[in-house]
Amino acid sequence: MTEKTTMQAIARMVPPGSRVLDLGCGDGAMLSYLQRERGCSGYGIEIDDANVLACVQRGVDVIQLNLDEGLAMFGDASFDVVLQIDTLQHLRNAEVMLRETARVGRTGVVAFPNFAHWPNRLSVLRGRMPVTRRLPYQWYDTPNIRVGTYKDFEVLALKNHLRVIDAFGLQDGRAVRWCPNARAGTAVFHFEHV
Amino acid sequence: MSFIATPQTMHFPEVLPLQSGASLRDYHLAFETYGTLNPDASNAVLVCHALNASHHVAGVYEGQDKSEGWWDNMIGPGKPVDTDKFFVIGVNNLGSCFGSTGPMHPHPDTGEVYGADFPVVTVEDWVNAQARLLDRLGITQLAAVLGGSLGGMQALSWTLQYPERVRHAVVVASAPNLTAENIAFNEVARRAIVTDPDFHGGHFYRHGVIPKRGLRIARMIGHITYLSDDVMNEKFGRSLRAPTLPEGAGPARGGPAPDLRDYLYSTQDIEFQIESYLRYQGDKFSEYFDANTYLLITRALDYFDPARGHGGDLTQALARATAKFLLVSFTTDWRFSPRRSREIVKALLDNRRHVSYAEIDAPHGHDAFLLDDARYMSVMRSYFDSIAKEFA
Repeated sequence: MTEKTTMQAIARMVPPGSRVLDLGCGDGAMLSYLQRERGCSGYGIEIDDANVLACVQRGVDVIQLNLDEGLAMFGDASFDVVLQIDTLQHLRNAEVMLRETARVGRTGVVAFPNFAHWPNRLSVLRGRMPVTRRLPYQWYDTPNIRVGTYKDFEVLALKNHLRVIDAFGLQDGRAVRWCPNARAGTAVFHFEHV
Repeated sequence: MSFIATPQTMHFPEVLPLQSGASLRDYHLAFETYGTLNPDASNAVLVCHALNASHHVAGVYEGQDKSEGWWDNMIGPGKPVDTDKFFVIGVNNLGSCFGSTGPMHPHPDTGEVYGADFPVVTVEDWVNAQARLLDRLGITQLAAVLGGSLGGMQALSWTLQYPERVRHAVVVASAPNLTAENIAFNEVARRAIVTDPDFHGGHFYRHGVIPKRGLRIARMIGHITYLSDDVMNEKFGRSLRAPTLPEGAGPARGGPAPDLRDYLYSTQDIEFQIESYLRYQGDKFSEYFDANTYLLITRALDYFDPARGHGGDLTQALARATAKFLLVSFTTDWRFSPRRSREIVKALLDNRRHVSYAEIDAPHGHDAFLLDDARYMSVMRSYFDSIAKEFA
């Protein structure tokens, strides 16, 4: 998910100069890119020691926190954009974190593996859980504690009173706007609180 | 074997007004420096010390093998705070018993030893004194101020008292103020000292005695709180020290079975290993630490609270700080818990300051900030490397 084209596709949703909070920021590549290319500022949140270290090495401000403990540290609408790139599927309280994202950010961007992508469907039709480039784990040792689809997220967003500003699929770094639920390995949603 | 460090002293004839309203004059500060100051004085790092430490931060003293500075694992050539790049200054605080003017020194007016009459000093007073030392050294702005525990409080205070003089503040295992529990531990330690019959209201020097019993207990209490339960269990467990058999006991003399030796109840002898360790630490401490200094420094800890002047609002208090921050805490530190570091992080976030925060999952409790944990050392190294890039 760190491929440059994918990163660029998501970064395009972040207005230049915005204040960004990146939940589960990994090695800080995205924030570093946003700072460098789009004049953004902000912080990454990360739990993993090696990733925290990588952020410090890159000069990205990083706060080591467990997202499942919530975002109490951050005030309402204190960021222009809150990113949740490939993070949702690892969270125990995914819905709570989605609401927190909408509270802390004026807008939010969520990206996660779309389980309804056709190769996954095919695999399940054949009776096996998919193992793909996007979902490279066996069902018994995956760090993704939940799987969801593009369509599922539309329903969740509605339930949580989120207005979707833009939504598309991502496949091989390209935006998929026609039938994204079947045709894209990644679902991307840009939303704001109603 | 580390490099050779040389302690220095600087005399300050001018008056230093203190927060209490009192003042000090004709005082001196003990300090050490390592590395070379850049021609534009851009690479200076000030290291603030914690309760029982001093200006001897790194290196060893000539001809003394086991005299490493207290942060020798962190500071030196090629170490996380690399003295090949940085000019590091360790300074001993006023009121200490390690070289700077303190209760063991004579009052300039009377020539009498200060003793209990040494004025109350605060974290802010220390920072003011440190600022004067930097003036003399020709350093207008620090690349970084660094400290752990009480040293972290000084680092934080630097960013509020002299915001324009600090580019980075590294605050390790610290807190924006002490909790009531922390103050309570300090108070028990202080009561141990002041109720020692040898304390003589703090003027024990005149009587040629030292309140050693009180100091021992103070140190034992402190030491317990610096470790974690797990580490203490791992190090000492419940193992009993080999007991000496009372007369006529033991199977060889036809006495009771050997397992009864486990219950030689005594209030005087050492039975458990942990007791032996604490007594050893307490004894050692009472040999070299000054009782009045202990009282002064624990009071400075208790008083520190930058939010006090802002109705308890830390966010408002830290609005003055413009430095970039790195905060580090340790998960098993219950004396300065991660929650306390997060309060500082939150206040900085609220003020939209540059801040990074590492919460190291280390087992060692508060003491972890002095120990070698690979993750901790790497974060410090990376952060200081990035600071060094700013003036390289």
